[in-house]
Amino acid sequence: MKYAYYPGCSLHATAVEYDISARLVAKHLGLELWEIPEWNCCGASAAHNTDHLLALALPARNLAIAEREGLDVAVPCAACFNRLKASQVAVRGSEEMRNTIKEIIGMDYQGRVEVRAFLDVVVNGVGLEKIQGLVTRPLTGLKVAAYYGCLLVRPPGLTGFDDPEDPQTMDRLVEALGATPVPWAFKTECCSASLATSRTDIGLWPIFRILKHAKASGADCIAVACPLCFLNLDMRQGEAKRRFQESLDIPIFYFTELIGIALGYPPKELGLSKHFVNPLPLLESKEILRHPATRRETA
Amino acid sequence: MEPRELSSIMAQNWDLLKRVERRSGVDVKNCYQCGKCSAGCPMAFAMDYVPRQIIRLLQLGFVDEALRSRTIWICAHCQTCYTRCPKEVDLPRLMEALRQEAGRAGLVTDKKVHLFDRAFLGSVERYGRVHEMGLIVQFNLQSGQPFKDAGLAPALFLNGKISPFPSRIKDSAAVKAIFQRVRSRGGAEH
Ligand code: SF4
Ligand code: SF4
Repeated sequence: MKYAYYPGCSLHATAVEYDISARLVAKHLGLELWEIPEWNCCGASAAHNTDHLLALALPARNLAIAEREGLDVAVPCAACFNRLKASQVAVRGSEEMRNTIKEIIGMDYQGRVEVRAFLDVVVNGVGLEKIQGLVTRPLTGLKVAAYYGCLLVRPPGLTGFDDPEDPQTMDRLVEALGATPVPWAFKTECCSASLATSRTDIGLWPIFRILKHAKASGADCIAVACPLCFLNLDMRQGEAKRRFQESLDIPIFYFTELIGIALGYPPKELGLSKHFVNPLPLLESKEILRHPATRRETA
Repeated sequence: MEPRELSSIMAQNWDLLKRVERRSGVDVKNCYQCGKCSAGCPMAFAMDYVPRQIIRLLQLGFVDEALRSRTIWICAHCQTCYTRCPKEVDLPRLMEALRQEAGRAGLVTDKKVHLFDRAFLGSVERYGRVHEMGLIVQFNLQSGQPFKDAGLAPALFLNGKISPFPSRIKDSAAVKAIFQRVRSRGGAEH
């Protein structure tokens, strides 16, 4: 299976471990990723706060390049996914918009190729059975709070691959990797997105609530599918801890990192050493990095 | 709020209200004030008017109050309200249209959020992509908090997560042209 790959700005910067692990895992699972050459920023929320047309046109240029190749687009960042999808839907739904966008980007774009979240491509494209069959280091005993955030599953009319209130895609995935997904109420609560950067004073509260509830549900760690969610829950965890005077200490993983561990890759190769909250002690205490045959009975 | 006379308020603000409705695609009359949007809004704790109240202000013609609110800047566009609203009122789009209108009218209540958006788009227009480090430095200086997040910088550097050099695309002229064409249609002022 071959996909056009739209990494987005974060995966070339603060989310470099997401990019590294996504590429490694894709290769292992037989997904060929063709990075859209000369891709540009999707505009994120700054564009749609400023101008509706700009917010549709910036993603459209990338999609037009993928369309020339006839490839569906796989998008690891939930926020980019949402913006790209919105652009595709707008162009598909109206000829007038199609012509306007064509004029603005100076390229033909029909909205033909699909835009898919990388999580969707992995779970529903590759399939859990195949993934399960490739696991060499099952994540036995690891309790995972699968955190979807907002833009991966909302609004459902746009994103359309999982339930907006109680999504299951990532839960089923971590289960296939041998881990235990925990039920919890904050799966799709917003982490405050870019407000955590522009108004950290306000953004820390939603971040704190998510971390706190994940812990209270008995999870050892949180799995995410978005660089912004990761940044907020990992990098700002120390600040949240200081502000609200509560020990949190809960490692955050990209779902691609969890797959990579289960497939047997060394943590360093997956970029795990780049996290603010060090996930290695947890993996060691659960003996996950050992070969299953040499593990003590922990489960 | 002072006591005000409703029909003249509505008459004064009619054109503005219709413009906000057209830009957002939201007909504010659709909202029947059930409050479901606000019960689930993750940012309501920091808002001066909850989302339901913003719509109520518009329904009554108090567009200026809505434009001056903190709410429209604090909305994180998380889509919770829109997903749950029984009347499918697209509140995030409405917040967006109100922000744009507030920007145009010079009524920006939350300067930080506005500055951040402008710094972000400035980076995209220059390089075709966001240069996170340049963005953060520019935002922190312009918002008068030069040492914000300075404690996080060393680890970000060491792990190769931020770089002093922007990653620019060769074809950055194509992206600049997108901004220009949107501007020539009367949008994207920043
Ligand atoms: S949920 Fe919808 S109908 Fe109910 S108050 Fe909010 S916008 Fe109005
Ligand atoms: S989109 Fe905005 S108003 Fe709606 S729930 Fe999210 S933060 Fe609240």
